[in-house]
Amino acid sequence: MSDKADNYEAALQGASQDVAHFEVQDKSLLMRFQSALHKTPSLVPLIVLVCAIMIFAGWLGPRFLPQMTLVFQQIQVVGILALAQTLVILTAGIDLSVGAIAVFCSVIMGKFTFDYGLPPAVAVCCGIVAGAAIGGVSGWLVTRIKIPPFIATLGVWQIVLAANYIYSRNETIRARTIREEAPLLQWLGLKPNEQFVTWIENLRGITYERIRPNDTGQFMLDIIWQTKITYGVLTLIALTVLLAYMLRSTAWGRHVYAVGDDPDAAELAGVNVKRTLMSVYMLAGAIAAVAGWSLIGRFASVSPSASTGLEGNIESITAVVIGGISLFGGRGSIWGAFFGALIVGVFMLGLGMAGVNPQWTFMLIGTLIILAVGIDQWIRKVAA
Amino acid sequence: MEPILKGRNLTKRYGKVVALDNCDFDLYPGEILAVIGDNGAGKSTLIKALSGAVVPDSGTVELEGRAVRFSSPNDARHAGIETVYQTLAVSPALSIADNMFMGREIRKPGLRGSLLRQLDKPAMEKAAREKLTDLGLMTIQNINQAVETLSGGQRQGVAVARAAAFGSKVIILDEPTAALGVKESRKVLELILDVRSRGIPIILISHNMPHVFEVADRIHIHRLGQRLCVVDPKDYTMSDAVAFMTGAKEPPNEAMVA
Repeated sequence: MSDKADNYEAALQGASQDVAHFEVQDKSLLMRFQSALHKTPSLVPLIVLVCAIMIFAGWLGPRFLPQMTLVFQQIQVVGILALAQTLVILTAGIDLSVGAIAVFCSVIMGKFTFDYGLPPAVAVCCGIVAGAAIGGVSGWLVTRIKIPPFIATLGVWQIVLAANYIYSRNETIRARTIREEAPLLQWLGLKPNEQFVTWIENLRGITYERIRPNDTGQFMLDIIWQTKITYGVLTLIALTVLLAYMLRSTAWGRHVYAVGDDPDAAELAGVNVKRTLMSVYMLAGAIAAVAGWSLIGRFASVSPSASTGLEGNIESITAVVIGGISLFGGRGSIWGAFFGALIVGVFMLGLGMAGVNPQWTFMLIGTLIILAVGIDQWIRKVAA
Repeated sequence: MEPILKGRNLTKRYGKVVALDNCDFDLYPGEILAVIGDNGAGKSTLIKALSGAVVPDSGTVELEGRAVRFSSPNDARHAGIETVYQTLAVSPALSIADNMFMGREIRKPGLRGSLLRQLDKPAMEKAAREKLTDLGLMTIQNINQAVETLSGGQRQGVAVARAAAFGSKVIILDEPTAALGVKESRKVLELILDVRSRGIPIILISHNMPHVFEVADRIHIHRLGQRLCVVDPKDYTMSDAVAFMTGAKEPPNEAMVA
């Protein structure tokens, strides 16, 4: 070994002892904005949502804002589906079958109650277990047979939807039957605010001949009466909060992100990738089943031909994408999906109230999807 | 002295390619063993077989005299073998603290940890910060910044710090200085010597001959899926080692059995 080759490191003695600094001092406003979006990916859909509400409130006047509670009711199914979809998309997968699972599970809940005479509570549990099992099949196909999630769930979607029609013989269970014999099935469609007002007024001995009028002179009670929040909406919010906690503050949540980010790296770093994926697909199936229960509440009946079986799948993906959750996995927050579903709901209702051709709604939503993915690509370029 | 980590007759085939061909391997307590070899000699496969990332088709691995069979990196990790992979195995979108504790997160004490399974983020952040400061590899402004916002060298620092923090029996470093500058490489070499002084043996895979000859106690030369020989860096020059591993020169007989 020559001294020449040996001593190149001796030059380090005079070297600066500073370690690398990467703090950029003068960030432009745009860069700061980009970096804020990078840290809080659900900020974009929140901004879009607030803007959309403000625009519609300005356009349609005071009659729009009171309808916001109706928007919540309208997304009580697709919103829950979007939560399920978010989990799968965070792992860089996609679940085309969530809507079909929801409808099939709602049929299971209905059939188990009326055909097999199970208590409604047990039937609901059976439906949720069935949802988890179907999710488990998708998970098994993805993790063990290595079928790409798109194809696996495309197949499961068709199979579940067909099974749904065969099993139910395409018979609807009517709203009245359910209301009289198994009201629990419709529970997610009930309005706790109305129950509360009725309860208070019963205590006071006030009853109405038919439906309670909106204006009775009791200011607080009137406001509560008109809020129109259902248990389904509360379930959607509760599930969002629960999943946000699980994803942010538990090891499982960190593993979901790591698996979506780079499955090979996650495996080498000590994450059980297969088990994580399996749990995600099963949980997504179970949540889709809850959406099925919410579906009974929303439409009061059990209908195997509910449009959710076809459109719910795509609508949930739309909500997730507009919510800023990256289809490439590992990025995004569950709140994004919640806001995304709300954005779609606000557009649907707002443009509907404005009386424009409904095709404009789809055109706008299509534009939003493309914009959302474009923004996602821009955010991913961020450096700190 | 008994080897702490011993491999015998390890074989691994990928289709028709024989990556490991009845390969033997010995790591003794408290030593730094360098593994060198040409590209495609099977170094990475050997390391993966020892760290659980690859299950060998045949052959045995013994840790402290007991036969072990790792079917995943987690098995090896539980047994006290930590690896820094060439690909670093970090999740870009997650924070430094998240990455350092991936797969062995700390939960909050009490009910919040056991029932709600809540992570103790402050504890993990504190530990991660301490480990990185110990290393002196870098100053991190924010332990919660995503790994993708770090430079290549900083990422490598995170991966090395993770292994050094958790490895209790053996630490395997696959090309730990490949992405580092002169100064950062020096820090990693100091870290390697520091880990050895704590009594933990290290397997170092590197193409950088000066680094290998500086820190290694013994050099395992890998060729065509087999251990060609093991040499003492004090007895041979870098040119000898290169000649052995490329087949330009026959290794000496006494080194064949070492």
